[in-house]
Amino acid sequence: MAKRKQEKTGPGKSDYAIEVSGLSKTFGTGEKAVKAVDGVSFTVRKGEVFAFLGPNGAGKSTTIKMLTTLLQPTAGQMRVGGLDAFLQQDEVRKRFGIVFQDPSVDDELTAYENMEFHGTLYGVQRADLSGRIQEMLGFVGLWDRRDDLLKTFSGGMRRRLEIARGLLHHPEILFLDEPTLGLDPQTRNHIWQYIQKMNREEGTTIFLTTHYMEEAEKMADRIAVIDYGKIVAEGTLFELKKKTKSKSLEGAFIALTGHAIRAEGAEPGRVMRMWHGRR
Amino acid sequence: MNAVYMLWLRQIKKYARSKSRIVGALGQPLLFMVALGFGFGPIYAQAGGGDYIQFLAPGIIAMSILFTSIFSGIEVIWDRQFGFLKETLVAPVSRYEIMLGRTLGGATAGLLQGIIVFFVALAMGLRPDWDLVPAALLVAALIAVFFTALGTAIASKMDDMQGFQLIMNFVVMPIFFLSGALFPLEGLPSGIREATSINPLSYGVDGLRAALTGVAHFGLATDLTVLLGLTAASVALGAYLFSKIQA
Ligand SMILES: Nc1ncnc2c1ncn2[C@@H]1O[C@H](COP(=O)(O)OP(=O)(O)OP(=O)(O)O)[C@@H](O)[C@H]1O
Ligand SMILES: [Mg+2]
Repeated sequence: MAKRKQEKTGPGKSDYAIEVSGLSKTFGTGEKAVKAVDGVSFTVRKGEVFAFLGPNGAGKSTTIKMLTTLLQPTAGQMRVGGLDAFLQQDEVRKRFGIVFQDPSVDDELTAYENMEFHGTLYGVQRADLSGRIQEMLGFVGLWDRRDDLLKTFSGGMRRRLEIARGLLHHPEILFLDEPTLGLDPQTRNHIWQYIQKMNREEGTTIFLTTHYMEEAEKMADRIAVIDYGKIVAEGTLFELKKKTKSKSLEGAFIALTGHAIRAEGAEPGRVMRMWHGRR
Repeated sequence: MNAVYMLWLRQIKKYARSKSRIVGALGQPLLFMVALGFGFGPIYAQAGGGDYIQFLAPGIIAMSILFTSIFSGIEVIWDRQFGFLKETLVAPVSRYEIMLGRTLGGATAGLLQGIIVFFVALAMGLRPDWDLVPAALLVAALIAVFFTALGTAIASKMDDMQGFQLIMNFVVMPIFFLSGALFPLEGLPSGIREATSINPLSYGVDGLRAALTGVAHFGLATDLTVLLGLTAASVALGAYLFSKIQA
């Protein structure tokens, strides 16, 4: 027993940035209970780009929220950066950065102030901070708008700020939950290039979700597909295509998750089949 | 420590930028001072109570601190609704520090509001004992921290803004009306007497009144002791509940 423990915490032991086993999350109780994540297990190696794909409501964001200490799992184990993501929350938070799917900026602060707030909380050195902020706001084309309150920004501009902020400091592990949602193709390419560079040059582990299959095709070393809270396939792009006899990731995705459009709730029974649809 | 400062600064900026909030939070005390001060003043004097403005002003200052502080605390709900709370909850800073920064910021806003109302009261005829103004500031700061932390504690347990009206009607208003802000605590019928004596704001009002005008029910030493204890407890509770938030 003691030996095992030693092994787990010993230095240089883990090659994994993320290890998840039997992770589950149920929202609500009784009749209304929704099993958002249902016994998920996977690993992400250090320095890997890992794409976590799945239809709407599959449980991607819920998984990310558990990994990033925002939600308490109903069951299961998870290690992030070699640490228990539930028991060692304060330590774990030092290891990752995140771009959320939902808005998380402060409307009553300016773009610059949002960045400054973030940089300070993430311990960016005072001397480097203004330079970093200028660089990242410039990167997303918002430097000229730095002193405007966020409430005057368009949807796409807010999204850019979220990304600039998420990339302000360089963590070991970066969670990106549909980061390019609502952005134009130019901006999307620009941002993925930057992330790729971070991954290659600094060995940042990237855990991403997206509904743009070509982004996952281009970026991911490995892909997991989750549906109704369960992982239905995992492997490299090549492996997934081979397994499903598809030519593209989109083909593989549809082969794995079906043609159904996801309605409310997460049970397969409540899904509207496209070919049974109204027209 | 930088993080605590940053969270403090954010609360201050939000307060300073919400002109409508400052003006609104000024209008209400002003209305109370004018309507009650001049309306009840003659009766109060006839009943042998003396200058009612002198009596009322500390109560109204306490009220403005109560409102501004508890709202600053409850802002957690807004931050949750608009998503910003997530940004602070995943930061590499302990949740206690986050809560502490927020609370100190909200309390500073409450204290500033109290100081503004103090000057309004001066203009309306309050004649304070200037030697004890520092003691009054200490009492005011304790009221501010206590209620900001209380607001944070309540908001940490609420999922949406639905409960907001409930808090207004069943927490904030009773605390204000049953605090001795408007009437003396001497000779109250039982029931009301017990309610006022377990009301934290009663000690705040009494402390302010003791320091500013030299009239006290419990006495300044008792007020400060009770407020210190309560504030420590509410900060501890607020920090605990805030650390348990799931987003
Ligand atoms: N706070 C919550 N309370 C109740 N149910 C929730 C909550 N959050 C998520 N769910 C449910 O959990 C399931 C998974 O949601 P999740 O947000 O993880 O999906 P997702 O894979 O990120 O989908 P999308 O692609 O639409 O972002 C859904 O059925 C959703 O309704
Ligand atoms: Mg999602």
